[in-house]
Amino acid sequence: MDMAFIIETVVKIVVILLVFSALAGFGTYFERKVLAFMQRRLGPMHVGPYGLLQIAADGIKLFTKEDIIPQNVVKPIFQIAPVITAATAFMAAAAIPFMPSFTIGDYTVHPIVADINIGILYILGVMGAGLYGPLLGGLASANKWSLISTARAAAIFISYEVITGLSILAPLMMVGSLSLIDFNTYQAGGIGNWIVWSQPVAFILFVIAGFAETGRTPFHLVANDHEIIDGFGTEYSGMRWGLFFIGEYANMFFISFVTAILFLGGYGDGSLLGALGLLLKVSFLFFFFLWTRAAWPDVRPDQLMWLCWKVLMPIAVINIVITGIVMMV
Amino acid sequence: MHTHDTHEQHGHGESELGNRYISEHYYYVDIAPYPTTPWGKFSRALKRTLRGELFVGLWVVLREMFKFDIHTVQYPKEKLLVGPRYRAVHAMQRLFESGTERCIGCGLCEKICISNCIRMETRLDEKSRKEVSEYTINLGRCIFCGYCAEVCPELAIVHGPRYENVSEQRAHYIDYAGMLTPIDMAISGEQKEFDGFGAVTPHEDARVKQTPLAY
Repeated sequence: MDMAFIIETVVKIVVILLVFSALAGFGTYFERKVLAFMQRRLGPMHVGPYGLLQIAADGIKLFTKEDIIPQNVVKPIFQIAPVITAATAFMAAAAIPFMPSFTIGDYTVHPIVADINIGILYILGVMGAGLYGPLLGGLASANKWSLISTARAAAIFISYEVITGLSILAPLMMVGSLSLIDFNTYQAGGIGNWIVWSQPVAFILFVIAGFAETGRTPFHLVANDHEIIDGFGTEYSGMRWGLFFIGEYANMFFISFVTAILFLGGYGDGSLLGALGLLLKVSFLFFFFLWTRAAWPDVRPDQLMWLCWKVLMPIAVINIVITGIVMMV
Repeated sequence: MHTHDTHEQHGHGESELGNRYISEHYYYVDIAPYPTTPWGKFSRALKRTLRGELFVGLWVVLREMFKFDIHTVQYPKEKLLVGPRYRAVHAMQRLFESGTERCIGCGLCEKICISNCIRMETRLDEKSRKEVSEYTINLGRCIFCGYCAEVCPELAIVHGPRYENVSEQRAHYIDYAGMLTPIDMAISGEQKEFDGFGAVTPHEDARVKQTPLAY
């Protein structure tokens, strides 16, 4: 293999790891601020100007805290579970084009780690494998709240994989490719070409499933603080808990990127404006995650399953059939 | 009236409410009958989905964010004023200008204290005037009922506004010097007159009934 390619790939991996770990930290700050403003509070104010250094304080705290392994836990599994969550979140980022290609001197950089032709399948698969984080962590914790959370996590993630897959199927049929870059070029013509206009149902289904996959508020049953404490994270502390957290926030960012690229036109024609547009869309989707947390209550687990199997899945299937008929005629 | 209408609709008479004290403004909320047929359940789900209540929620929190009507008090930097009738840590007042302690050593506060936390010792000074030689309030025992301030005939012991009474030592909870107004503040008139529990109300003059000289 070409040496320059290897170096480029390693640099890209490191940049993505650093940027999104840091963004996960900033994500917590934004979440606390946005939630606070929506609830007429100020949020973090004490560390640094407007509480900006709160992230640094939290980081220092998480990194230097004692690594507690409680009694009766299955030690190796307990230790590896948070790593799975964080790792799968970042692995999913490998197939996401974060920006249009640009040139440094005469060297063209493609800001995607691996432009594989099954990009979407890979992302969905790796995010699906992220289930093992909460699953193993909860099972190994020797804690009944963690166990309940694990059962919920397994049910929710596996069920909503179906919705994610089926909802993407209709746009896939239109684009005819699994690569996210092909999706982007399909919508490069401008706002009118965005898939969200031709596939609004698929878009809504995908966003709903994205909330379930990341375990965010309307479907926050995996770690529902008021009934099962912190769910699978109850027994975790310090950096292992921090890894769960980074994984959750990185997942939110990546789901936002995937949604923006699949349905909202991605980076468009690849100009600077397009790149900024993509960042704007991702920021809005991330803000939407926080917004709903301030506004909406959680649903019950049985309602969640009802919603998945009796409402969303039939709609997704009907959407695919109608798309197929329209394409054939 | 709305109240009576709803009562009649639901068949609730006065008898059910009985003698319970229920505000006139209370009314029974209409609860729609639970759907039993599949079509009923389906149409209810459809109605709830399309009614857009979720978007109302989103709008409300977004509006609050842009209004930026923040209610946070940044506590150590900002403090809320407590009302004059708030019963926090006691203060011992002095007479204005002369700076003499108002306390005449009558012992009423010690007598009335229901948690037995006030203790005083008195003696006669060289002018044969009663003076307080020892005065302690065990704030660890005090329940801040305010009886001492109410019973004090001289407005000497009052409840101050100091509510931050954390300490590392139990002994710090018996700090007479800390309660007493500093002498320079009394002489310069900086001491605030107490207008809380047991104090003379501002319009007291108008309410005083003159005692006839002869019965």
